[in-house]
Amino acid sequence: MVSQASAFVVGVVSTVAFFALFLGSRETRHEVTDDQEHLFYAAYLLCLAGLLGMAITGDAFNVFVFLEISSLSSYALVAMGNRRRAFSAAFNYLILGTIGGTFVLIGIGLLYQVTGTLNAQDIAQRVQTLENVAHDTHNRTLLVAFAFMVVGLGLKLAVFPLHQWLPGAYAEAPAAVSAFLAGTATKVIYFQLLRTTVVFFGAAHVFGALRFGSHVLMPLSVVGMFVGSLAAVYQPTLKRMLAYSSVGQVGYLTLALSFGTEEGVTAGLLHLGAHALTKAGLFVVVAVIVAGIGSNRIGALAGLGKRMPLTAFAFVLGGVGLIGVPGTAGFISKWALLQAAFDSEHYVVAGLVLLSSLVAVVYVWRIVEVMYFRAPDPDAAPITFGRTVEDKLAITAAVVLLGATLVFGLFPAQVHELAADAAHQLFLEPEAVVSPLPVHGGAHR
Amino acid sequence: MSPAWTIGLCLAMPVVGALLVALTGRWPNVREGMTALASLATLALVTTLVGPVLGGEQPEWLVVADLLPGVPLAFRVEPLGMLYALVAAGLWPVTSLYAVGYMRGHHETNQTRFFVCFALAIFAALGIAFAANLGTLFFFYEVLTLSTYPLVTHHQNPEARRSGRIYLGILIGTSVGLLLLAIAWTYAKAGTLDFRAGGILAGNVAPAALPLLLGLYAYGCGKAALMPLHRWLPNAMVAPTPVSALLHAVAVVKAGVFSILKIVVYVFGIDLLAETGASEWLMWVATFTLLMGSLIAFRQDNLKARLAYSTIAQLAYIVLGAALVTPEGIIGGGLHIATHAVGKITLFFCAGAIMVAAHKKNVSELDGLGRTMPLTMGAFFVASLSIIGVPPLGGSWSKWFLALGAADEHAVFVAALMISSLLNIGYLIPIPIRAFFFPPKPDDHGGHGEDHGDHGHGHAHTHEGPGGHGRTGLLAGEAPWACVVPLCLTAAGCVALFFLAHLVVRLIAPITGGAG
Repeated sequence: MVSQASAFVVGVVSTVAFFALFLGSRETRHEVTDDQEHLFYAAYLLCLAGLLGMAITGDAFNVFVFLEISSLSSYALVAMGNRRRAFSAAFNYLILGTIGGTFVLIGIGLLYQVTGTLNAQDIAQRVQTLENVAHDTHNRTLLVAFAFMVVGLGLKLAVFPLHQWLPGAYAEAPAAVSAFLAGTATKVIYFQLLRTTVVFFGAAHVFGALRFGSHVLMPLSVVGMFVGSLAAVYQPTLKRMLAYSSVGQVGYLTLALSFGTEEGVTAGLLHLGAHALTKAGLFVVVAVIVAGIGSNRIGALAGLGKRMPLTAFAFVLGGVGLIGVPGTAGFISKWALLQAAFDSEHYVVAGLVLLSSLVAVVYVWRIVEVMYFRAPDPDAAPITFGRTVEDKLAITAAVVLLGATLVFGLFPAQVHELAADAAHQLFLEPEAVVSPLPVHGGAHR
Repeated sequence: MSPAWTIGLCLAMPVVGALLVALTGRWPNVREGMTALASLATLALVTTLVGPVLGGEQPEWLVVADLLPGVPLAFRVEPLGMLYALVAAGLWPVTSLYAVGYMRGHHETNQTRFFVCFALAIFAALGIAFAANLGTLFFFYEVLTLSTYPLVTHHQNPEARRSGRIYLGILIGTSVGLLLLAIAWTYAKAGTLDFRAGGILAGNVAPAALPLLLGLYAYGCGKAALMPLHRWLPNAMVAPTPVSALLHAVAVVKAGVFSILKIVVYVFGIDLLAETGASEWLMWVATFTLLMGSLIAFRQDNLKARLAYSTIAQLAYIVLGAALVTPEGIIGGGLHIATHAVGKITLFFCAGAIMVAAHKKNVSELDGLGRTMPLTMGAFFVASLSIIGVPPLGGSWSKWFLALGAADEHAVFVAALMISSLLNIGYLIPIPIRAFFFPPKPDDHGGHGEDHGDHGHGHAHTHEGPGGHGRTGLLAGEAPWACVVPLCLTAAGCVALFFLAHLVVRLIAPITGGAG
């Protein structure tokens, strides 16, 4: 049975993947050579398949298989970037990603050894039994399995301080890939982290006895929020800025989880959706800017408010979404996050969340000032963007993605309900979800 | 027409106006006509709500059931909001007329963007006025900040950029960092964000935490320019003068103090604050701000900067009225929203008219200007008296009520109010005295006569109706008629408010009764 949370994530991922591909048709022509174009699409689809599979599967080993499918193809996609640095970025990503994947595999292996099953729901049930038996002395194998899985997923999710691969990979990948990965890859991994902590190992155990939330995840999340956002302020290019902003946003995601409550997970799922749409939309806008002026250096944006008024406006729209201004989806998720913080009585954390979103104001407004307050370079080439069908497709993608953030920002009721239900379902006792079928491999123990 | 429809149309009209202005930007006269139409229509619609509100009704409009879970996007016209909406909508047409004269007389660029953002700012102000809960209020509060940013940075030069940074930094910083935190806290404790008579916090928040929460709200509404978070306001004066006039003397700053008043009355409830004494500290901060603001105003030679610091001081009166949590204090605060608005907008109109006609920005250069610009300086004098609080001008009533509100238990603040009035005299009255009684300085004199000639005819064909033009004889040294007429109107408004104050009091008095 596919859980509601899976369905939610699958919905977000396939939406973003679809619209990011609108960009592919144009951007591949610039950034991917002709003889690689078919490989590009193949890798893109493989990556999407892996991500969707990971979100939807109910089998722990399949999680690893799909994780590797999506990871391997995403290394290839990043390497297709048109600068030589793309290779080193992809290589960096490959090494760290492989370590992460291996850790996840080790964790799943240990989990299998203890529980004798790979079915997600059965794992949940058996882990709970084991924990109840070994009430005070934690089952050490389980503990190690948990550590391996969390570190492995943390690496793939780019949780601070395991985020080193992310800025390079996002900045050097072809534009369509940046938009695609930013809106999907970390989101699916986040969902795996949700499942691992809340379902596999049980929220009560992980956040109660282990204090994983308050002692590990929360401090790292808060530091990550600030480090990512502050680093974003000092980046020389738009893509790097957005990439570091993603590191900060991952901090919000994991912070939401670290409360270990249903409200927290609701907020996490909402932020997953909101940030996927916003960030993918922004990367699409950046691609449009690159197509228009041939660069994404921040210095080159001077006078963009005059030269490409609608594009500049779209960027501002996405930027205020990142900040979480009311009326955008980013505000809804931030509000949910605040409520989760207050519910679990983390008042200081609530203040820190808001403080870090002020850093977002700084990095977004830095761009706004360049676009609207600096006169354009007088001998800049005239902009020919927007004539061809491909250009119009790219614009459509930006309008749809950013428009969606506004729609969800103004009419969040249904989405919120969906996220709350999904979170509720994740937190249900495993018995209630599990099918009464005999467990495969149950004979081992 | 059902009340919900009226509210909807009130809010829609400025947006429609903004769209029409944007579409007709190519033809300046048509564009200005659109602004005029939208502003007059908005005023007419807002006025139709006064009757029901005076009759004790509170028209409502529910737009979206869940803006946030459990927090609808909804509007309810209660007396305080009615008053603020009336002030903002009432001064918009006048300012529009003035803006046309000023922007053309001053050869400003990007006028279409200017009028679009102006209309959007009014939309946001009305949204704040009618908001039925904190969520809606916050939404429009941010819309107001963002829509006025392009107005503040209108000139797009380094100075505007610097001021824009301060403007946005303080206003967004406080609203996101403090106000949103306070709202989230309120929601977590009270389970609702609705504005209700008597407040929603009683019994939900520990009394010890109330001063902190009030602090988050008072400073979170950074638009109220409470010291030490006041610096954005003098910096915002780089904007064209109509912006300073309507937004930074009326709509934007009043949005801040209005929000504080509304929060005190409908979120905390004046009984709760009076019992716990949680607002005691805010009285002192407000008093400090109103005295310091006046003192700093003394030292400003730049006329607009002086008026800006005066605004900071006058806003603190309203915060003081809210913090006193007595019925008279609240009424005085509400009344001061109206009386200060009309008085201060007149002063800014005059400052702008002087800039357009005589190209002078500093107080020390105004010697003898009363001879060439008698109407402008006369209006300046009248409005100054109103700000000081001299009968028969509107400002005297609001100060009277504020003093009454303080007299019972906090008599020391009555003294502060009186000292402040003396300071007001000190920094405002020398300006008309210089203009009327000092001999003109020998330097630059010519220039402005013909300057006026050019522009006086330039907009004789705006859609504001006949009258005014052709009087170049009387208006020889004055700014274009489109600048002079509005400032005479608002000066007359200062007088009218003295005689109409009882209506305003009748309008807002129920809110204190409902709470108590």
